[in-house]
Amino acid sequence: MQVNEYKPLIVAFCCNWCSYAGADLAGNNRLNYPADVKIIRVPCSCRVNPMFVLRAFQRGADGVILCGCHPGDCHYTSGNYYTRRRMTLLFSMLDYLGIERERTRLEWVSAAEGAKFAATMNDFAEKIKALGENKRLEDLRCKK
Amino acid sequence: MQKITRNALIEKAASLLENGSVCAVLGWRKGEFDYDVTPSVFTTTEDLNAEFVWNDFCGANFSKYLIQKTRKAEGKLLVFLKPCDTYSFNQLLTEHRFDREKVYVVGIPCEGMADINKVREAVGDGISEIECGEKIAVSTIYSDEKILIDPKDVLAERCINCKSKKHVAFDELLGEDGDVIENARFDEVAKLEAMTPDERFAFWQNELSRCIRCNACRDVCPACTCEKCVFDNPKSGVENKAPANEFEEKMFHIIRAFHVAGRCTDCGECSRVCPQHIPLHLLNRKFIKDINEFYGDYQAGAEVGSRAPLVNYTEGDLEPSEAFERRGE
Amino acid sequence: MQRIGVFVCWCGTNIAGTVDVVAVAEALRNEPGVVFSDNYQYMCSQAGQDLIKNAIKEHKLTGIVVCSCSPRMHEATFRKTAAAAGLNPYMVEIANIREQCSWVHKDIPTGTEKAIILGKAAVAKVNLNTPLTPGESPVTKRALVIGGGIAGIQTALDIADAGFEVDIVEKKPTIGGKMAQLDKTFPTLDCAACILTPKMVDVAQNEKIRIFSYSEVTEVSGFVGNFDVKIKKKARYVKEELCTGCGACTEKCPMKKVPNDFNLNMDTKRAIYIPFAQAVPKVATIDPDYCNMLKNGKCGVCSKVCTAGAIDYTQKDEIIEEKYGAIVVATGFNPISMDKFDEFAYNQSKDVITSLEFERLTNAAGPTAGKLLRPSDHKHPEKIVFVQCVGSRCDACNEKGKEYCSKICCMYTAKHAMLTRDKYPDTEVYVFYIDVRTPGKNFDEFYRRAVEEYGVHYIKGMVGKVVPEGDKLIVQASDLIANKQIKIDADLVVLAAAIEPDKSARPLATMLTASMDTNDFFTEAHPKLRPVESPTAGVFLSGACQGPKDIPETVSQAGAAASKVIGLLAKDKLTGNPCVAQSNEMMCNGCSSCERVCPYGAITYEDKEFRMPDRSTLMRRIAVVNPAVCQGCGCCTVVCPSGAMDLKGFASEQIIAEVDAICK
Repeated sequence: MQVNEYKPLIVAFCCNWCSYAGADLAGNNRLNYPADVKIIRVPCSCRVNPMFVLRAFQRGADGVILCGCHPGDCHYTSGNYYTRRRMTLLFSMLDYLGIERERTRLEWVSAAEGAKFAATMNDFAEKIKALGENKRLEDLRCKK
Repeated sequence: MQKITRNALIEKAASLLENGSVCAVLGWRKGEFDYDVTPSVFTTTEDLNAEFVWNDFCGANFSKYLIQKTRKAEGKLLVFLKPCDTYSFNQLLTEHRFDREKVYVVGIPCEGMADINKVREAVGDGISEIECGEKIAVSTIYSDEKILIDPKDVLAERCINCKSKKHVAFDELLGEDGDVIENARFDEVAKLEAMTPDERFAFWQNELSRCIRCNACRDVCPACTCEKCVFDNPKSGVENKAPANEFEEKMFHIIRAFHVAGRCTDCGECSRVCPQHIPLHLLNRKFIKDINEFYGDYQAGAEVGSRAPLVNYTEGDLEPSEAFERRGE
Repeated sequence: MQRIGVFVCWCGTNIAGTVDVVAVAEALRNEPGVVFSDNYQYMCSQAGQDLIKNAIKEHKLTGIVVCSCSPRMHEATFRKTAAAAGLNPYMVEIANIREQCSWVHKDIPTGTEKAIILGKAAVAKVNLNTPLTPGESPVTKRALVIGGGIAGIQTALDIADAGFEVDIVEKKPTIGGKMAQLDKTFPTLDCAACILTPKMVDVAQNEKIRIFSYSEVTEVSGFVGNFDVKIKKKARYVKEELCTGCGACTEKCPMKKVPNDFNLNMDTKRAIYIPFAQAVPKVATIDPDYCNMLKNGKCGVCSKVCTAGAIDYTQKDEIIEEKYGAIVVATGFNPISMDKFDEFAYNQSKDVITSLEFERLTNAAGPTAGKLLRPSDHKHPEKIVFVQCVGSRCDACNEKGKEYCSKICCMYTAKHAMLTRDKYPDTEVYVFYIDVRTPGKNFDEFYRRAVEEYGVHYIKGMVGKVVPEGDKLIVQASDLIANKQIKIDADLVVLAAAIEPDKSARPLATMLTASMDTNDFFTEAHPKLRPVESPTAGVFLSGACQGPKDIPETVSQAGAAASKVIGLLAKDKLTGNPCVAQSNEMMCNGCSSCERVCPYGAITYEDKEFRMPDRSTLMRRIAVVNPAVCQGCGCCTVVCPSGAMDLKGFASEQIIAEVDAICK
């Protein structure tokens, strides 16, 4: 292992009912994914304010991923539909501003999809690694 | 040049003031300079005759002022609204921001407003006097001669790309109502979309780095009418702060644009007031363009009570990744 | 400032194998607010829990972070532990360092580093936690069932059986619904009335059940456990309590030309009527559109013949206000209108009928006393064509019909075909179908009997057109298997019309703030796991109002809805989830965005007076969240432009603190 290998910082927002449980299942099945991924539990993907996503980037995250129940399966019936609209527009705007579109992602992961969770995180981390550090959305002043 | 005359507006306002149907008039007042026209409240005919202005520099959209002004007003408030202003008016009604009963809307036709920056480009600095007529006559401190400009040559960007000459809300119309019109307002956005990410980034870095975080865009925006703005709320995590490096202001503008997404009527006030000439409307229009393309055409404020795209959904909405694919590249 | 305790669990080697638990406990000791940090082999064991309890007491902890397995595993355990030591259970946060750390990472340095970061995020969050108390609300121990068909009847009986009071509101003069109009039921062919009417009598005789027939719900307010409902009892011009149901009035009424809706207008009734012999309540009703006395004050025959003195021409609509703890929607279905299906000549020939009309034609209590006769000339039809999927399974772009499968048509068509062949073996019977769908107990056997034993001609293909010619109906169709066009000169054509939710469902859904799908069927709280609950707490779904259903399915759903209601009414108090949304009224714009996205209708608005700095007052519209109804998804917090709306337990500030801790 190289000493100075670039380690991306990835924030994953997971809904409590599906995706967080999916992440737990990945754990139960001992499916590896990079430790760069740090999960924040929210009741529903619709709790994730675009400001949280921007905040993460501002504070130095290299990638932000949201995971929620599959459309139609939301514990709160419709939360993920709103998430989908919000994030579609937010991600499109970030892309418009020249931010690499691979840095943001929205995935639907059910409580049964531990393998999908691990695979998604592996793939996402891989992509972020290829992109390198997030420079474009950083707030240097806030870096400690 | 505006088709409807200042006198017609004053006459209408004065008669309604005098017969007591309204207690005050929201109109444009003469400012320090001729192009520096300010929104203001008039309560007497004398005041109207003395200081009321109606010319090519009356760009200000009064819809937002109604929130505060109707709260204080004892009776009805007369407000002059240009076609584009009426969209903001409806959007605010949709959001229950003021009592419709307390407002008397006089819709007035608009031939497009002048952009003072374009006037400056044409005549140079030192403008001392402007007279609006068939031509815009500009005097400068450097010459006794007036420079004549065709108003069409200095039309504001938002008026070149005017989306509607039709009033969507009024109690009374002065002059003739127009129609919703075809326009090219998304061309500039499309041009940006066609650039490479690096080019886009360079474009926005250049634009947004000029931001001095004066909040003028927010303060004038008819969609930014919160009792307390998130940028003023230390608990929001994005509280107001002075810019510390040349680029962090991007966050402010993303958040602001997102907050008004689906509610922004594209009135263009943000770009008009920006002292740094940042094309902020290109952020708002990006959201509007996306919304139209992804979820079907939606014009905020076209009707009262419509459900904004971000408080709505369909089961078949596209995924963020599909949105990217759709645009190709 | 909080006094936070950190407890790092080894989980045997599950965590300690990949995470240096001692290092984690040490690292977190230096985080802001942390005054105590320890590690233990099994934190969830009795000894581990005692360690936590003692530390809470000894160090006067105001919050704790347990670095352990998933909160889905033991959050409840540690909350109880905290509560036992006198700490508010919502001052507990879990850092998931097992499922999301030690189990998915290989080497100790990586695992330890991540565990520390996850711990820091939890500490950052708990620093901003506030004690939360679940709200309590009382429960009115009475249920309302809207709709008196088999779904409503079964639900009401089951609820009453458990000892709770139930009111049934039925818009027709009698309960019974669609099932009362049916002749036989598939796949057993037992008579519908024989199994339904005893249940109707049970309802009438049950002391716990009140029937508001000829009534409608007009207003619903309140929330789970505490609904206030207004019911409009329409004037039937007959005093229900006096009417004995003798039927003398209905025999003597001179107004004979009233279309009989119970027989789908295939015959007539009188202006004062009892829908059918076994009606419950068996009370006469006057149709004000036809009664001469009500229309022009001339007649009064019924009043003269009524020995009970029950007729009251001056009766007015009455509004009843009642409180309920739970509401069950059982509004049922109707066949869709055939007006748009010109190709089947429904409006041109009396002999093109719907399956429900066919049902009445074969019913002993129907217009033909059970004899299968053509409506036009009362002759016995010798050739009958059944057309399936009329208006079902249509293309999305086809505005005439429905996209969904109406589910019951395949089976009742097989039933009709079989019964026809059974009673009239000389009749030729054709059935045109797209697919025959028979997924139910004994369903496929039933269908095969129709084909194999009874010789019903099943033809895969759609009917293109029905043309009346003389006294025949020329059915033009395609036979997809033989790949040819065919013509049949039928005497009777029966259309299996798609079914749709009753029209009363949409306004009712609005009143209940219960959500509906695009077809106006009520949506479930969860399509798989909570199929009889609406997303609106305290509102339950029974029968075809939720989707097309046959009788056995309806009855089992009715029972399921009843058991959910019983579970709710059995409680004296409802304890809510304290992690609910809350609006800061000083910042709220009253813009309605939050209300529009709330799937539960938990948000309402009120005008509130605010004192301004200049001592004047200002009325402002503000959002108010009902904590008993809010489920805590947080959708409203994001659409709130000012950020006035926040979610307790998952506040914006808390989530941002976690983000910051992770991104440090």
